[in-house]
Amino acid sequence: MRHLLTIEGMSRADLEDILDLADEFVEVLERPIPKVPTLRGATVATLFFEPSTRTRLSFERAAKALSADVLTFSPGTSSVTKGESLKDTALTLRAMGADLMVVRHSATGAAHRVAQWVDVPVINAGDGAHQHPTQAILDALTLRRHFGKLDGLHVGIVGDIRHSRVARSGLQAFSTLGARVTLIAPPTLLPRDLAGWPVDVANDFDDVLPQLDVVYLLRIQQERGGTTGFTSLPEYVRRFGLDDSRFARLRPEAVVMHPGPMNRGVEISPQVADSPRTLILDQVRNGVAARMAVLFRLLASPGAER
Amino acid sequence: MTATRAVVMDADDTRRAIHRLAHEIIERHHGADRVVLVGIHTRGVPLASAIAAAIEDFEGVPVPVGELDIGLYRDDLSRRAATTLARTSVPVDITGRPVVLVDDVLFTGRTIRAALDALSDLGRAETIELAVLVDRGHRQLPIRPDYVGKNLPTSLDQRVVVSVPDIDGEWGVWIRDEEET
Repeated sequence: MRHLLTIEGMSRADLEDILDLADEFVEVLERPIPKVPTLRGATVATLFFEPSTRTRLSFERAAKALSADVLTFSPGTSSVTKGESLKDTALTLRAMGADLMVVRHSATGAAHRVAQWVDVPVINAGDGAHQHPTQAILDALTLRRHFGKLDGLHVGIVGDIRHSRVARSGLQAFSTLGARVTLIAPPTLLPRDLAGWPVDVANDFDDVLPQLDVVYLLRIQQERGGTTGFTSLPEYVRRFGLDDSRFARLRPEAVVMHPGPMNRGVEISPQVADSPRTLILDQVRNGVAARMAVLFRLLASPGAER
Repeated sequence: MTATRAVVMDADDTRRAIHRLAHEIIERHHGADRVVLVGIHTRGVPLASAIAAAIEDFEGVPVPVGELDIGLYRDDLSRRAATTLARTSVPVDITGRPVVLVDDVLFTGRTIRAALDALSDLGRAETIELAVLVDRGHRQLPIRPDYVGKNLPTSLDQRVVVSVPDIDGEWGVWIRDEEET
């Protein structure tokens, strides 16, 4: 593996290799000293052209737990405000000694472009509504650690699928690992063309609710036009929000996931968000281990630029 | 590539060496009440279990056995294919207890250097000793074993192979001459 740009095309064996590694990093993070010297001397640069709290912090935590140094770039405090391009920013950070770049950008394909410009591994940390591969890996890790395996699980992804890179990456990873995925959303929030997607589609949440093992809730992406997909927010909450009465009708062993940030009272009720059956904080915890596994795979192998 | 194999220790020889290692550990520690054995993946782990079983036989006390993967502590990661990591787990807190690291073959000492780093991250052992089935020489670091099954002089182009029951069928030590053809 040279870069991690998309889940598309990754085999079951590729994904399981990363998950197996990540399991060992979960153990490392539970130690009294949750840090190993593996990537000492390597520099990981994070280039986030879009706001992010958990993903950026998670990458930084992962890099530091592997003893790598971190260069943090954010456009608000940088020369991007002076018109510096993505390419020049990437080349500048490479010239400063970055051995790997983590890229988030609002444009589809941004990380792919960076990977063509620089001679070091690139991780896509979210490109527009396209892909967010490490989120899919940490979600698969969370499900595998909770249920033992994904085979036969029925995962319902609920909400703004059209604008969601999390949904695109996630459904590919879940189905490759043997889960059945149903997309649950009004037609206006579904992708226009679903041909070839390994999914079922439901427009009525209540119909499929009792069959689900996993309810994966998505946020309405206001910054990508998500609010234009339905008539009103209360209408959306009434039809697709996981409120207390829907939560009560879930199978007893079903769990709730959310990639964050949550809108309490919209896609998830405050009581459900705080319920012990939500894996939301497990997702955050496992995210660090999943990103350690990806950094390890990309930097600690022959041919890596170190 | 042609390879010739010579048996250095057969299953019985190996069993006797394991028993002697167990006796030496008991002797030096005046029993085995507090000792923790930690095997280094891959073949140090079954070896540590075998030594622990022998100690339990002789002394009637169970000895905790941990396993250590040193993959995250190597000094040559960028030059070697990074493979999968094996489980690291030590069932007791090693802080304040004597630890015996166990590996099958002692060669350059780099694995042991990495294992010492890995072990320090798990706790502050009272002492750390090293038990190996075979010491084949050619150290590159100032590391020496405390318990040795067999000192085996080798040349650098030879390979020493230890077989263990769980992985390879039975105990044994082999030496292999490898020549490029």
